[in-house]
Amino acid sequence: MDLERQFEQTVAADHRVEPRDWMPDGYRATLIRQIAQHAHSEIIGMQPEGNWISRAPSLRRKAVLLAKVQDEAGHGLYLYAAAETLGADRAELTEKLIEGRQKYSSIFNYPTLTYADVGVIGWLVDGAAICNQVPLCRTSYGPYARAMIRVCKEESFHQRQGYELLMTMMSGTRQQREMVQDSVNRWWWPSLMMFGPSDAESSNTEQSMVWRIKRHTNDELRQRFVDMSVPQAEKLGVTLPDPALVWNPDRGHHDFGEIDWTEFWQVVKGEGPCNAERIAHRRKAHEDGAWVREAATAYARKKEQAA
Amino acid sequence: MTKSSWPLYEVFVRGKRGLNHVHVGSLHAPDDEMALRNARDLYTRRNEGVSIWVVKAEAITASSPDEKDPFFAPSGDKVYRHPTFYAIPEDVPHL
Ligand SMILES: [Fe+2]
Ligand SMILES: [Fe+2]
Repeated sequence: MDLERQFEQTVAADHRVEPRDWMPDGYRATLIRQIAQHAHSEIIGMQPEGNWISRAPSLRRKAVLLAKVQDEAGHGLYLYAAAETLGADRAELTEKLIEGRQKYSSIFNYPTLTYADVGVIGWLVDGAAICNQVPLCRTSYGPYARAMIRVCKEESFHQRQGYELLMTMMSGTRQQREMVQDSVNRWWWPSLMMFGPSDAESSNTEQSMVWRIKRHTNDELRQRFVDMSVPQAEKLGVTLPDPALVWNPDRGHHDFGEIDWTEFWQVVKGEGPCNAERIAHRRKAHEDGAWVREAATAYARKKEQAA
Repeated sequence: MTKSSWPLYEVFVRGKRGLNHVHVGSLHAPDDEMALRNARDLYTRRNEGVSIWVVKAEAITASSPDEKDPFFAPSGDKVYRHPTFYAIPEDVPHL
């Protein structure tokens, strides 16, 4: 009881909880689930864009895309490291991912059809991720907050390279502009879904807010993202595919249309266009890499014995 | 599927000459040398460091995490170790 009160006071005073502090089991379990899901998203998130590395239109774009995808691998590793401070085991988390027992962001279950998708992912998908991640820099669990600070510093490059790519294409031929618009049409709604179910449907939000793991609700963050994106779309010269999207002076925010929640839940439940492919690819990479992990272990052991 | 038996390393980075090494996170590696290389790739992709230390997490001994730990009590009642303990007239220069 004393421990629990001390924990509650720490959190309420906006102090950080550190790995060896006492914490409620539910807090630990919620964090492991959320951080693991976040880490998996970074790792699976390498696939849609990785698809275009070998076909980048120039050496400059290729170098940029490689660096971006490598960053996402880094984000995954920062986050797995944070999860491990809670007693989770990284190898076990990877197993849970490839056995479908833990989730990742459903945005990565959509295919990348053209190079414009690389730009739109940087602009909208990384943009939505930034909206989600900036408040997490102040989340109550110290290692998670510190990992997010690192991630956020790097995300700004991701969003800017995407927007720059789109500006370049928009000043190109008519086909290129159409390619960008087509890509925006396909990614806009899935990007809005990245913020999760609406507040009325979100079962974990309330407790997470009390524990200061989350600081804003899904709908608040989604609104922030819409308000940020509208002027960016205007500048770019693309139309966001939502006839209900309009400025509401009374609210001081944009109103926007209803998300297709049936599609959202379908993709979450594994029936999106690329769910099976993403997991199969991750599993193959993990299994194909097993001999490297084993060889490195054997080499380390041999060196130790020789010493 | 074989589980990774690579040990956990804690990573410390010196941001630039003149600063202390600071803990930045952890990683797994098969041996010390690979831990150093992995740390370079993971924690210094943008010139964040000029020097890296890695140490096996199991080699670290830590004090108890409790903020009110009696371990730190000896420094709690020694206010005279702080410069503000001493009243000096304001018109004394450079002190
Ligand atoms: Fe990321
Ligand atoms: Fe990113």
